[in-house]
Amino acid sequence: MASLPASFLGPYAQVSNSFFAPRHTQSRLRPMKLELRGITKRFGTLTANDHIDLVVQPGEIHALLGENGAGKSTLMNVLYGLYQADEGQILLDDVVQYFSGPGDAMLAGIGMVHQHFMLIPVFTVAENVMLGHESTTFGGRLNLAAARDKVRTISARFGFDVDPDALVGDLPVGIQQRVEIIKALSLDAQVLIFDEPTAVLTPQETDELMAIMRQLREAGTAIVFITHKLREVREVADKITVIRLGAVVGEADPAATNEELATMMVGREVELTVHKAPAKPGAASFVVQNLTVLDAHGNRVVNNVSFEVHIGEILCIAGVQGNGQTELAEAIMGLEPHTQGVIELNGESLRGRSVRHILDEGVGYVPEDRSHDGLVGEFTIAENLMLDRANGAPFVKAGSLQLKHLAEFATITSKEFDIRSQGILSKASELSGGNQQKVVLARELSRELKFFLAAQPTRGIDVGSIEFVHKRIVATRDAGVPVIVVSTELDEVTALADRIAVMYRGSIVGIVPGDTPRQVLGLMMAGEVPAEVVA
Amino acid sequence: MSVTTTNSNNASSAASGANSPSQVIVREKEAIRSWKAPISFAVFAALGVVLFWILGRDAVSNFRLSTDTDVIQLASVDLPTQLTGIVISLALILITAYSFWLSVVKRPTPIWVVTVYGVLFMVGFLTWAGAGESILVPGLLLGAVGLSIPLIFGAMGGIISERVGVVNIAIEGQLLAGAFVSAVVASVTGNAYLGLIAAMAAGMLVSFVLATFSIKYLVDQVIVGVVLNVLVLGLTSFFYSSILTENSSLLNSPPRFDRIEIPLLSQIPIVGPVLFRQTLIVYLMYIIVAVVAYALVKTKWGLRLRSVGEHPQAADTVGINVYMTRFWNVSLAGAIAGIGGAYFTLGSVGSFQKDMTAGAGFIALAAVIFGRWDPIRALLAALLFGFATNLQSVLAIIGSPVPSEFMLMLPYVVTIIAVAGFVGKVRGPAASGKPYIKG
Repeated sequence: MASLPASFLGPYAQVSNSFFAPRHTQSRLRPMKLELRGITKRFGTLTANDHIDLVVQPGEIHALLGENGAGKSTLMNVLYGLYQADEGQILLDDVVQYFSGPGDAMLAGIGMVHQHFMLIPVFTVAENVMLGHESTTFGGRLNLAAARDKVRTISARFGFDVDPDALVGDLPVGIQQRVEIIKALSLDAQVLIFDEPTAVLTPQETDELMAIMRQLREAGTAIVFITHKLREVREVADKITVIRLGAVVGEADPAATNEELATMMVGREVELTVHKAPAKPGAASFVVQNLTVLDAHGNRVVNNVSFEVHIGEILCIAGVQGNGQTELAEAIMGLEPHTQGVIELNGESLRGRSVRHILDEGVGYVPEDRSHDGLVGEFTIAENLMLDRANGAPFVKAGSLQLKHLAEFATITSKEFDIRSQGILSKASELSGGNQQKVVLARELSRELKFFLAAQPTRGIDVGSIEFVHKRIVATRDAGVPVIVVSTELDEVTALADRIAVMYRGSIVGIVPGDTPRQVLGLMMAGEVPAEVVA
Repeated sequence: MSVTTTNSNNASSAASGANSPSQVIVREKEAIRSWKAPISFAVFAALGVVLFWILGRDAVSNFRLSTDTDVIQLASVDLPTQLTGIVISLALILITAYSFWLSVVKRPTPIWVVTVYGVLFMVGFLTWAGAGESILVPGLLLGAVGLSIPLIFGAMGGIISERVGVVNIAIEGQLLAGAFVSAVVASVTGNAYLGLIAAMAAGMLVSFVLATFSIKYLVDQVIVGVVLNVLVLGLTSFFYSSILTENSSLLNSPPRFDRIEIPLLSQIPIVGPVLFRQTLIVYLMYIIVAVVAYALVKTKWGLRLRSVGEHPQAADTVGINVYMTRFWNVSLAGAIAGIGGAYFTLGSVGSFQKDMTAGAGFIALAAVIFGRWDPIRALLAALLFGFATNLQSVLAIIGSPVPSEFMLMLPYVVTIIAVAGFVGKVRGPAASGKPYIKG
């Protein structure tokens, strides 16, 4: 029976094999070819994937390039068994596969490194790696020793240096990602999907990841690399498939230029660089001195930070996600309960004041999580545009909303900020990410501002909207407002910044000019101060 | 190039971190001053000074440490009421001062200090309340354990359910259903063991409803739980008054479990008779707590259960069926809580009474939180609550100077102080209460 070709057994191949061999020790060390044929996946009326074909050879890094919302992640979730395709087939070595869940996909040899790590923070590395495939000793007791060995073996093979007994939640993100890779490799995955793996990494960690991907390629693994970052695609990919609006646009050559790739990805000519005149900084009107923020457990999440922002300049706060930028922004806005130090706008102290007071002082704020903190999804566009002005004229008189006035304002503002919708009465949750962000931006920028703080202003939005948001931020600067942009995207930082403050583990590593090379910024994001910066 | 370097020591520690990347992140930590413990201490110290010292009674309080049937007889202890009160008041003041000092230097008050304080206060209170009387210590403890049993079973059910990601407000309903069904089944069959099994089935049945609605139909778990409690209360009360009272000899006079004495262990002074001269249900409780505490951490079952309660999507992506794991563990939780219900009828009272659980399920829920979702800690919390409940009835019998209405509040006051004052904000299972939607 074992000698029968797998194709003969069809969908039962896995089932029958498992009678003879323990489930995850099936020999699958032979490299595999992955093929997707005409995959179509619909959600209601939306077609997320439209007849997508894709072939990934063993020992090949195949990049899947597309904008946010182009359908890359949906496709990979179909491949990984999280969704079932409405039409189309998945083939491994020309054998049609049927995945009813991720468990089947894993048994077939497909591993996935998820964009949001599928790791349990309160478990150790070994526990995370063994989860779902636990080997046990007498009485169902977990065989942790075996799991530790496995982690050590794989770590050694790729030079990972991961402690199997560390709690995952205590590890830096870059290492957590390696745990994800170990998890996939511990099941002998021969097809490995990387879903936006660099979103959370420093440039150095990104380089290391690329090296790991090349190493895996040498070992014959077929790699699918999902991303929207052109630079990375050109650096590591052997083949590039571009998808837009759920359909394959075509294949691109890794030697193509950024502009060519971007045009394919977006479907029109795009402006990749932000045009801005040199800054004409005026007085330092926004000052932060020795600011420290403690979280609920007493951790110093922002550690003795000092900087100032001048009128007419953009200060970018760069750094990998989770190094205190979020808390710094929230502390400025009066949202953090445990703060020490000085926050001043035009000589007036803002620290310890209410959010209402801070907004009334002329502070505009774009929060980093727009759907959670920036908008009320169930409210209309018009209502969202006046959220922070519900306490008096012109939108509220004698306790009642001035609907006519609001409608006029919303119509004009929607036009000015290019908010594309069914009308000002459509719900904010029905808008695309880019248009949602424009609503937030419109609300904040249509007030008289003395200081503007934008956290991750272009996270998860389409290229067209990114262009628009960047233009408005530069325009705000040119109107004489001091601006802070908090961003984890190095491209955005270098495009917008007049000066850059790099944060690492709650501290500012250094404040450098806007034209500082990426490599230097990358080192600073890992906490190192390069010699040429200190000089 | 110019630079403003703000914190050089941090940068250097980071550089060393880069060499060994798997190094655990150690953020600089700063303690947040908390006045909760010292203020609570101060309130009770003041109470102690007023009661034990100023209102101190000139008498002798007698504590008996052995029952007449014990093999090893310990002599009874006589304490002069007022002197003991003064000594204990002073000790309470000292501990309060120590706790204030700890808060000033931003250190938390350790748990053993809280424990010592609590025990001292309790001894002081008993001495004062029992002035001129005699208090049988093993009896006090035996009653406390007895009242804790259903709380412990309920808490174990709560822990399993919450750690797999389903908030179990329905413990009360599971206890009550277990109590009712076990009484009826044991009466009809004349077999207490069958009653016990029926109680587990009844608790499980309540869980089925909770699990189906919260996991399959994504109804808010708290609401389903509350509704289930009301439903079970209504059903059992209806059947009790319409059927059980008229045929009580047939339907509501179950045989009770006999006390089983464990040789040797039951001869240990004070704790022996309390812990090892008990019914089958109590011994079952020891086993279940030990097994749950071990298995949650050390077995495949526990690992999967916790993974589903912490990060269901991660569990799903490694091929664990989140829905089934939740469904069957919530059912298991119901079965365990059902045993607690059987204790009411087959272990202690001997018949079903209307609403006989009287909120025990909610106290069990408090024990889950006070015990931080840990079986052993929840066991201790349930014992504390059981002790408070029993203290109230013991003091009512010996005639304490405190009005009995006031004493009735005691278990609930202890619960509130324990949960609000000393637990504060704790982290439960991350995905508890959140329905899982695939994809």
